[in-house]
Amino acid sequence: MEFMSETQTIASDSLWSGGRSPYLVGSKKFGMWLFIASDALTFSALLVAYTYLRISTPDWPTPFHFSPSIIFSSVMTFCLLSSSLTMVMAVHAMHHKNRKGTIAWILATMVGGALFVILHLSEWMTLINHEHVTPFSNEWGVPLFGATFFAITGLHMTHVVIGVIYLGIVCTGIARGKFKYEDVEVCGLYWHFVDLVWMFVFPLVYLMSAKI
Amino acid sequence: MSSPSVHAHQAPTGFIRKYIFSLDHKVIGLQYYFLALFSVFLGMALSLLMRWHMVFPDMKIAFFEKLWPAGAPGGVMTPELYLSLMTMHGTIMVFFVLTTAPQSGFGNYFLPIQIGAEDMAFPVLNMLSFWTTFLALVVMVMAFFVEGGAPLGGWTAYPPLSAVGAVAGPGQGAGQTLWVVSIAIFCGASLMGAINFIATTIDLRAPGMSLMRLPLTCWTWLITAILGLLGFAVLLSAGILLLLDRTAGTSFFIPGGLVFSDQIINHKGGSPLLYQHLFWFFGHPEVYIAILPGMGVASQLLSTFSRKPIFGYRAMVYAIIGIGLMGFVVWGHHMFMSGMSPYSAMAFSVLTMCIGVPSAIKTFNWIGTLWGGKIRFTTAMLFALGFVSLFVSGGISGIFLGQPALDLYFHDTYFVVGHFHMIMGVAAIFGMFAGTFYWFPKMFGRMMHEGMGKLHFYLTFIGVYCIFTPMHFVGVAGNPRRYADFKEFEFMQNLMPLHVFMTWAAVATAVAQIIFVINLVWSMKSGAKAPDNPWESTTLEWSIPSPPPFDNFGGKHPIVNHGPYEYGVPGAPKDHIMQTDPA
Repeated sequence: MEFMSETQTIASDSLWSGGRSPYLVGSKKFGMWLFIASDALTFSALLVAYTYLRISTPDWPTPFHFSPSIIFSSVMTFCLLSSSLTMVMAVHAMHHKNRKGTIAWILATMVGGALFVILHLSEWMTLINHEHVTPFSNEWGVPLFGATFFAITGLHMTHVVIGVIYLGIVCTGIARGKFKYEDVEVCGLYWHFVDLVWMFVFPLVYLMSAKI
Repeated sequence: MSSPSVHAHQAPTGFIRKYIFSLDHKVIGLQYYFLALFSVFLGMALSLLMRWHMVFPDMKIAFFEKLWPAGAPGGVMTPELYLSLMTMHGTIMVFFVLTTAPQSGFGNYFLPIQIGAEDMAFPVLNMLSFWTTFLALVVMVMAFFVEGGAPLGGWTAYPPLSAVGAVAGPGQGAGQTLWVVSIAIFCGASLMGAINFIATTIDLRAPGMSLMRLPLTCWTWLITAILGLLGFAVLLSAGILLLLDRTAGTSFFIPGGLVFSDQIINHKGGSPLLYQHLFWFFGHPEVYIAILPGMGVASQLLSTFSRKPIFGYRAMVYAIIGIGLMGFVVWGHHMFMSGMSPYSAMAFSVLTMCIGVPSAIKTFNWIGTLWGGKIRFTTAMLFALGFVSLFVSGGISGIFLGQPALDLYFHDTYFVVGHFHMIMGVAAIFGMFAGTFYWFPKMFGRMMHEGMGKLHFYLTFIGVYCIFTPMHFVGVAGNPRRYADFKEFEFMQNLMPLHVFMTWAAVATAVAQIIFVINLVWSMKSGAKAPDNPWESTTLEWSIPSPPPFDNFGGKHPIVNHGPYEYGVPGAPKDHIMQTDPA
């Protein structure tokens, strides 16, 4: 019996023995990490599909000129990456209970995200209307180029739009004094994840399709 | 460190908040259970129509024509209608029964109680998850009622048949689109459910409920949730791409130069094989999503009713984790027929054989648990034993199918139909029956009728073996699957008596299920009052009243001092020690 109680004291000291969150984070944050794991697989599947189709198509086009296509998409990338920085600042401000600062930084993040979406949409429109690249046809005879391009960037853009709405909800909540630090951090996790996805999309879809 | 916060909410009083949009995990669990019960009878009815047509293909049945004027002109089913019934049978059974009842139904109800929590980690997400599943079911059933009827592509919806649209046949138009939309919605529901299950298991365990004190049911729910989290994410991608092929004119899965119904398909460059990879990366874990919770229930019940600790608890846990992880690296064994390189086929085959190891560990440990036990043959126990029997019978034919050389012959025969019905279908359903008989007293505060239960068990057990064992034989004899009837094949005529036998066995087994429904309904109203712990079990749900109060533990956090299966401990005053008993 002595031995039993000794092992029990050791067990109850362990992080995993119940009565607490073993990762020392709230359930919301943990839930967001789980969502990110799942969503990462959704994007991975799309990127694997893109790679698979691209490798099995012998004459895959590389139509993006350095100017303006790559420069333009680099500006988009810059907008999105800057918005990650402002999100870090928002989380930092919230950590110091600076609600006004948080709201300002979140608004800046939303501007960055919205700018990205506007630039992205104008790029789509240029492709569709001027270069005649659609999801089902283009002048290089490889319809899958447009299909993969619009599917991958479209799903990513959907995530950015949802992110901007999510940021807006968090921002309104903070203005009304409702949300806590963790809510901002969880929102930040989502936003950084969406940016991280772009850091895979940008080289794979844009840079690898650059005309050299 | 304080205990993890549980969303404290008061018991609602209005009918809608109490029973419809409830946040209570117990109500949501029952909602899932009854959704699955509805679906299983719908799916079973479809299978009976199929079996009837297979053996009596020329019989004119008036109500066929009433139900499907275009699909059964003159009361005789067309092959297209047969295929649409097959598709809907498979889809409804896999997604809305096998994925829904064992995990979302029983898991929702009992996971929080077994770990000592007041509710799931995210009650609102839980409610959304159920209603999203409900929406997915509604969209799926709508496929029956649109122009052209339900899709023909099978539950796997392989392109190009599923991707090119109505030109591929009736049901491939609006019906197939609804199918894809429904599956995408279902992916969302599963994602919400999986996040909730994992966060709950990790964060909300009561003090003392370490991972190695979790009941094995909780382990299987946790690993199943992880499989769902990762698997459905990839299915979602496949679904999005398939939907784009169908609606936006893309050609992800459609190769060039296809001709359907004398029409040239205006697509090129896509790969049907890509879809198979994406689908089976989800599809194989899905098999374990269906069977793992059954394994958990069987482990729990074999230990309880043998009055012995589970044999090799740690080995069981590692086997569950092993099966879950390896489930992600064997998807290629569904694709041996696709013309893949023999080298990759060999790799997938070796990995597939490896899954036999944890599966065998589980089977040996179940038998080890029974060995020398004081076995109580309750209906619940009989179904748990039936589960083990069906798991072994269905698993052994899996070893044959995992060999590429043999699979090339078996793949498109009834051997495969027999195999997956045995292991993924009825084994999992026996797990659900076992769970129903075991937990019914806790859920409804009344016992189920043992006499009716045992009659139902024996009829069902003999029935399913009579249906599915002959399928292996006709499969070895070369009986192709997915054919509406076999009139045209001379070599099949000798096998027809077996088919007739299987059809009658299916009818008899289906009739036997009426006993179950009567037992369920009768026991809810008039069953004997259940005590708190009728089975003398040890886990936390048996330490609280039947049915449990709104917040499960009456506002207290239980303290856990014991492992989950302490039966027959030498020197103990009783033959079982509850997990909450003092140390």
